[in-house]
Amino acid sequence: MAEKTYNITCIVCPLSCEMRLMVKDGKIESIKGNRCRRGIDYARQEFYNPQRVLTTTVKLKGDRLPLLPVRTNKPIPRRMLKECVRYLSKIEVKAPVRLGEVIVSNILNSGANVISTKEVGSTGVYRKT
Amino acid sequence: MRKIKADVAIIGAGPAGLAAALSAEREGAGEVLVLDRGEELGGILPQCIHNGFGLHRFKEDLTGPEYAQRFIDEVKTKRKIDVKLKTIVLEINQNKEVLATNSEEGIFKIRANSLVLAMGCREKTREMLHIPGSRPAGIFTAGLAQQWVNLEGYLPGREVVILGSGDVGLIMARRLTLEGAEVKAVVEIMPYPGGLTRNVVQCLQDFDIPLLLEHTVTFIHGKDRLEAVSVAKVNSKKEPIPGTEKIIPCDTLLLSVGLIPENELSSLAGIEIDPSTGGPVVDERMQTSVEGIFACGNVVQINDLVDYVSQQGEVAGKNAALYALGKLEQPKRVINLKKGRNIRSLVPQIISAQGKVSFFIRVKNPEQKVELVLGESIFQQKNPIVKPNQMITWEVPFEDLRLNDDVKELEVSIRKL
Repeated sequence: MAEKTYNITCIVCPLSCEMRLMVKDGKIESIKGNRCRRGIDYARQEFYNPQRVLTTTVKLKGDRLPLLPVRTNKPIPRRMLKECVRYLSKIEVKAPVRLGEVIVSNILNSGANVISTKEVGSTGVYRKT
Repeated sequence: MRKIKADVAIIGAGPAGLAAALSAEREGAGEVLVLDRGEELGGILPQCIHNGFGLHRFKEDLTGPEYAQRFIDEVKTKRKIDVKLKTIVLEINQNKEVLATNSEEGIFKIRANSLVLAMGCREKTREMLHIPGSRPAGIFTAGLAQQWVNLEGYLPGREVVILGSGDVGLIMARRLTLEGAEVKAVVEIMPYPGGLTRNVVQCLQDFDIPLLLEHTVTFIHGKDRLEAVSVAKVNSKKEPIPGTEKIIPCDTLLLSVGLIPENELSSLAGIEIDPSTGGPVVDERMQTSVEGIFACGNVVQINDLVDYVSQQGEVAGKNAALYALGKLEQPKRVINLKKGRNIRSLVPQIISAQGKVSFFIRVKNPEQKVELVLGESIFQQKNPIVKPNQMITWEVPFEDLRLNDDVKELEVSIRKL
């Protein structure tokens, strides 16, 4: 099988090592360019299973603004980001919404819940209690 | 005209102003009044829906609205903190008088014992860059696009080029891609990106968006709506190299080319501005050149992280409260800090050298294996790497130090190891 190389920029610390991965049959053969052990762990994670927290918005009714900011409560596979945004574009919620309220549970079987990142509606506007 | 009294008046209800208000209240200020022209608390944070906030302060990875909510929730429980939203401050002066207006109360004056300036910053515009070409619709600052996409639900365009690789531009490249637009390129005149590496990786590389370093936009095409931009490579003097120009068709150009502290009000009060930060000269208590007027956050200097903004807000709020209560001792000595080798900007610019001082430093050029040096090796801090796009924080324990009384100036510099 042919070997392929991948470039990965480490983001663990400000040094931002540019690492080169030699990959054969979908397996990492070697990692070069890292200055420390943490780079290797990061490169492995990024190559085999890159994960990201998704942040986006869903439609909101009954508030000053038409959108509610949301995020996944844990990282999801990077390849699912666009799919999840497409799914969420059809979701509409009504104010009031509490911060942390679950908007979609286990989105597309990723194991992550999509939660509200804002208080809106009756409690969203500044008002002295 | 109606007159209001306050112990501490704070201009701006973003992260700097909210932290200052809470800190002033904790320090025992009688009435704390926060003024903001926006419709909600939090300043720019409500539109920063991405994560990465609070990693230093809360050891958690929060989004902008979540970070803001922690402060908003606390402000709401404080009886002594009053907030006026949709209120514009027109003038301030050296006597700590604030002239403000809103549609409910008309024009009114606030007499405060101390002031905290927390007005934040503005984005640079096309006009400041002098890009040649026509003047079609479709050219926006990245922050405006962020407001439309994240708060108001509008997509600014379908085919996008982003000029400048500041963090807001990088974040918007990802955001627009997820919302269905095509980001054709991010164009950066410098040989390195303006934003954090994490954002270059997670906002550009994740979506295969090209980053054109040492390139700039040289011409804007289109009559009513933007149709294309010309992009060229630049030489070491940042001049476009003839023959390298190419045309990228697009309907939208976003500008993420820098932020400017918003100091029109500060200038009205005669506050001294540091040309290297664009914000007020401050001492370690965040007091400006006018006694009793304090400043914090992006109005002082552009910060990379909101965590630093909150930290400065707390210092400013605490000292503003102490001043208002007549408890703030004026410093026994004043030492001016000089910018030495490879230092672009430095906050605070003046210190009394008592207790711990937190410095916020930006370098001119990237360098590896260096140390920060204060004075002639009074304090050092080793750094494996320094970059212009990464603010350095440095806490210096002056209490451990005996300085001669005749020291009036100290230099901060970067030394190659």
